[in-house]
Amino acid sequence: MNAHSQPAALAAGPRARQQRAKRLLRFIACGSVDHGKSTLIGRLLFEANQLFEDQLDALAADSRKLGSQGGELDYSLLLDGLAAEREQKITIDVAYRFFATDRRKFIVVDAPGHEQYTANMATGASAADLALVVVAANDGLTRQSKRHLVILSLLGIRNVVLAINKMDRVGWSRQAFMAVDAEFRAFAAGLGIDDIVSIPVAAKSGDNVVRRSPHTAWHDGPTLLDALEAAEPAILQPGPLRMPIQLVNRPDADFRGYSGLIVSGAVHIGMMVRLLPSGRVTRVARIVTFDGDLESAEAGRSVTLTFTDEVDASRGDLVAGVDQAPSASDRILARVFWIGDRALGPGQRYLLKLATSTATASVEPQLRVLDLDSRGLVEAPTIAPNEIGTCTLRLNRAIAAEPYAACRETGSFILIDPETFDTVAMGCIEQIPQSRSATLKSSSRRQFARWTETHARSLAKAMSWRTTGGIDTFVVTFVISGSTKIAGSVALADVVTKILIHYLHERVWALVPWGKR
Amino acid sequence: MDTDILTASSPREDAPVDASTIAAASAARLAHLDELEAESIHIIREAVAEADNPVLLYSIGKDSSVLLHLARKAFYPAKLPLPLLHIDTTWKFREMIAFRDALAHQLDLRLIVHINRDGLARGINPIGSGSALHTDVMKTQSLRQALDQHRFDAALGGARRDEEKSRAKERIFSFRNAHHLWDPKRQRPEPWRIYNARKRDGESFRIFPLSNWTENDIWSYIERERIAVVPLYFAAPRPVVERDDMLIMVDDDRLPLKPGERPQIKMVRFRTLGCYPLTGAIESSARTVPEIVRETRQSRYSERRGRVIDGDGAASMERKKQEGYF
Ligand SMILES: Nc1nc2c(ncn2[C@@H]2O[C@H](COP(=O)(O)OP(=O)(O)OP(=O)(O)O)[C@@H](O)[C@H]2O)c(=O)[nH]1
Ligand SMILES: [Mg+2]
Repeated sequence: MNAHSQPAALAAGPRARQQRAKRLLRFIACGSVDHGKSTLIGRLLFEANQLFEDQLDALAADSRKLGSQGGELDYSLLLDGLAAEREQKITIDVAYRFFATDRRKFIVVDAPGHEQYTANMATGASAADLALVVVAANDGLTRQSKRHLVILSLLGIRNVVLAINKMDRVGWSRQAFMAVDAEFRAFAAGLGIDDIVSIPVAAKSGDNVVRRSPHTAWHDGPTLLDALEAAEPAILQPGPLRMPIQLVNRPDADFRGYSGLIVSGAVHIGMMVRLLPSGRVTRVARIVTFDGDLESAEAGRSVTLTFTDEVDASRGDLVAGVDQAPSASDRILARVFWIGDRALGPGQRYLLKLATSTATASVEPQLRVLDLDSRGLVEAPTIAPNEIGTCTLRLNRAIAAEPYAACRETGSFILIDPETFDTVAMGCIEQIPQSRSATLKSSSRRQFARWTETHARSLAKAMSWRTTGGIDTFVVTFVISGSTKIAGSVALADVVTKILIHYLHERVWALVPWGKR
Repeated sequence: MDTDILTASSPREDAPVDASTIAAASAARLAHLDELEAESIHIIREAVAEADNPVLLYSIGKDSSVLLHLARKAFYPAKLPLPLLHIDTTWKFREMIAFRDALAHQLDLRLIVHINRDGLARGINPIGSGSALHTDVMKTQSLRQALDQHRFDAALGGARRDEEKSRAKERIFSFRNAHHLWDPKRQRPEPWRIYNARKRDGESFRIFPLSNWTENDIWSYIERERIAVVPLYFAAPRPVVERDDMLIMVDDDRLPLKPGERPQIKMVRFRTLGCYPLTGAIESSARTVPEIVRETRQSRYSERRGRVIDGDGAASMERKKQEGYF
């Protein structure tokens, strides 16, 4: 059942084993309503021996009482756990299931296909590495299949296993399979979904789910489980340090720590970090955990940092690497999936929650909506429920933000209706447009930062000033003394000593924030 | 005495096998536990940062033990910034209560124990009143009473999605209206790690930091972190009677014996803990955490099989949850 009980792999030694032990795969089953997602996942769990006996007994009893299969096992009942789902025979909200085969651990999310519940599908997809898209061979790609694909693309999911289901309903026809496959690939191509493995299946009977089907001799690709076990979804490149501060840990006057989850990059003791939105630079003093202090910590760890300086940081601020820190901005251009009951329009105000920070956002004019057929953005007065579009949001204060493509955690947000408190949108930042106030703020921030001048610049300034001053000294001394020799040596001594004095003077002033604007 | 209970309950098998083999085999598993730990700590911190008056629901079971351990990690070096709440039905195993009190004392925790006095006065009990009524009055109603009385607006609990079909559908931040009701058809979308914790007066959240853990993860983590758990989880000779295909432990003299029924001593342990007349034991020889890990991996039955209350109907968990049950 489990990778760790596989003696052959163990005998091969640590390195071979690590190559064989695949990364946990989180995947979402999505696609149009009634195309067989829940049945397929239920059947997969059954075929891969993932069910306990009491669960099988309950399934048999439920199938007799509620099933749509005339007493035969209805595998969708393994997933559709809500009373309303079982009555209406549809999935309403996502179900999370956990299973492991000899080769890999899985988290599968079974999404609803019904248009009304698209927001739930998007919730499940936001954490997925790969999508299992189910398309019924006898129905083909529907509008809702397309909408799901567009959402996958919005969320940056590029790896897809395409299960062309209900092959029994099209007489196991290779032509029918090829037709759906071609249509799917043509649509996905425009969305950046480029890694697609297609499999003909019948969820109800289990054909090509775990066992190879006798009806599809023409299929030389993998079965569903093979494809899931073999999948190598793109790993996000390790980026620069990002740690949104969740809370300030201050048990007594001697300790002030900043707690958060490192969502990108790594941190080590002595590292220079930039705090945003203030722009303040400081150094990491300690990385504190319950299990003792760490020398360094990587993405995926929850830690508490202390800094060498007294800094004024709080929940919502971001700890970032000094060099590749995102900008603090009060305007963002984002792609949004609108899930509110009323349409999104210019002038409306919402609460924006990004990582651990919250701001008020108002919608600027010029909205664009994605056309499902052409996959192009067209200008529109509003973004209607279940539509995807782009809009520019103006915030009441600058927060640390960056494009979703650069960092998921600091590039994604939700919008909350300030009256109903409903979550009305999921957003992915496309770009941080430079607004006048944002530029002003960031340049004033730069002036406030310590050591805004490099040593080379201070020295260059001192030299250029002293050379000018040296010529002046030469002229003045020559006029007074009438001797080029005296004027020359006075000017030379003046230039050399005062370059040094001027440089030191500059460095001292650079430390003093007083009088700067 | 206190320390006795806590340390004795977490025995460990010292592995005699080649250390490098073990290390390689468990590397992936440890990385997986690290990821779960970090995610749970993140959720716990979000819950406490967003709530006005949070509480940790402590049921004394293995999941609660892991949750408490993670909460201590989340706020270290500060003390736990929220109290523990135990809903006591007065029918818990005696060893559970002893463990709870010893733990609270040893770790210097703020522990609130709530008993539904009204239900007690009405004589509600799991044997005469039936499991459904007992659970409703002494657990569901009692929890609501306690949350209202202390005005808690966020209750963190150790429920996991792999436990049951309707739990598999629940959000991590699960919204409850002013009457503590859960509406499974209108859950808030919860993308990425962004939790919408906005609410009005009287409304609240149930928060589940262990949502993505499995039973196996829980035991592996208990082993790795040497977390103390109630000794009832480990096999020992205990007096039991067999009823409706279940082994019920005779924990005190309140359990009426049926004519001809005589307690037998059997080597048993519990996979879940609750009210003793409603909780079935399993025959087992697993005396250590590694043995339990192995046993649960091979088990042919799910962990909920040992609970009487779940058998009250297919959709019973969802109904109980809608009414405010944890
Ligand atoms: N003939 C045939 N019917 C199938 C197959 N797979 C699923 N079905 C039927 O299709 C219907 C819908 O199945 P579900 O699994 O509930 O579909 P779903 O995609 O999960 O639906 P939603 O979650 O509501 O979007 C059921 O009646 C299934 O029995 C198949 O391989 N062949
Ligand atoms: Mg379904």
